[in-house]
Amino acid sequence: MRIVVAKPGLDGHDRGAKVIARALRDGGHEVIYTGLRRTPDEIVRIVIDEDAGAVGLSSLSGAHSVLIPRVCEGLRASKMDNVIVFAGGIIPEYDRESLYAEGVRAIFGPGTTSTEIMEFLSTIEQRSQSGNPVGVGEEAGWHW
Amino acid sequence: MSDVDELLEAARAGDRRSLSKLLTLVEDGHNSPLERGIGSSLGITGPPGVGKSSLIGKMIDIWVERGESVAVLAVDPSSPRSGGALLGDRMRMTNADSSDLVFIRSLATRNHPGGLMDCLTAMVDILSECGWDKILIETVGAGQSEIRVVAFADRILLVDGPDRGDIIQAEKAGIMELADLIVINKSDLPEAERAAKSVKSALSVGEDDSTPDVLMVSAHSGEGVEDLVDQLRNTKTSADRERLRVRERLISAWDYTLLNSTELDSTLQALEKGSITLQEAVDRIRKEV
Repeated sequence: MRIVVAKPGLDGHDRGAKVIARALRDGGHEVIYTGLRRTPDEIVRIVIDEDAGAVGLSSLSGAHSVLIPRVCEGLRASKMDNVIVFAGGIIPEYDRESLYAEGVRAIFGPGTTSTEIMEFLSTIEQRSQSGNPVGVGEEAGWHW
Repeated sequence: MSDVDELLEAARAGDRRSLSKLLTLVEDGHNSPLERGIGSSLGITGPPGVGKSSLIGKMIDIWVERGESVAVLAVDPSSPRSGGALLGDRMRMTNADSSDLVFIRSLATRNHPGGLMDCLTAMVDILSECGWDKILIETVGAGQSEIRVVAFADRILLVDGPDRGDIIQAEKAGIMELADLIVINKSDLPEAERAAKSVKSALSVGEDDSTPDVLMVSAHSGEGVEDLVDQLRNTKTSADRERLRVRERLISAWDYTLLNSTELDSTLQALEKGSITLQEAVDRIRKEV
């Protein structure tokens, strides 16, 4: 799969994003890393230009509840409904439900193993093959 | 109308999503809907870490300021072990993600047999058809397979840095003979002048009208980048370099054919046993082709 790993907003901590990018590469995926401080519009643009199947958003700045929904909306507005959105970083439990409702399919916090992320992606692939909703513009409800 | 034709029509009308989907189809081996070779491209290559992507980022800024659109195909190697790839070139082209005049597509080499990335020609054609003024192909010029990738471009810009004797490596790999223009990046560093001199002296053997110019630029400060962009407009290739590029393309197509031959395994086994000679092996595969 082609996966964009992005850092939205004013957040300079990208160790996690880079580790994830490498883990995904080692899992056989083509990973496009955006670098720091991208706006939601830029991230949507990158997903379109790269024709990525998924985007992973890393946030440690506390702005996840603003930035992540904007990326989701932008993708839907650009007819990229089948793109899979997942997130990681510091996202407290009480903020997660609203992000899932926005179409985010997984949120990975500290301590997540790369094996778990690979399992998530293969589950996504199975679901998508059997016609179950996984994309950001498809029916919300299921998440990892 | 087929999917491809529909996508092409929408892409021509300026729909980025359709353009992007069309490039994916071609990358996955779908035939190009266009006549081959209608677009032309600039290949940008050089050793790892010399600042190719940063320099391209600055060049993009100048083109965009002048109202010209730029599309970049940034090629990075796939991991031979996992088949995955980490594509990070666009993070150095910082202003590029928000302009409608810029399109960047990261591509993995996907370990094509023989280094053949035949899809590049089709991608350049599509971008050209969709009205992109400048089309760049960026590759790391570190080995034979990368040279073969950049040989698909119509003009080649070689980027080098001031340190580590990179150019010597580039010479070894044979990129210098393919370059139509050479720049030494990081001209703000003290060793840059010396690097430029040594490149010039390497080129001066057998110098004639077609010997490539050597410029100094700094992607960091932006110095010299405007001159570079201007000079690219007039950069000509030579018959010798054109022939070298065509030769590289032919060799990659040949390797591709060889590595995809149905006779490959049995020929390898016969060679292992010593029951045929190398020449007989070549003849056998040629017959099959």
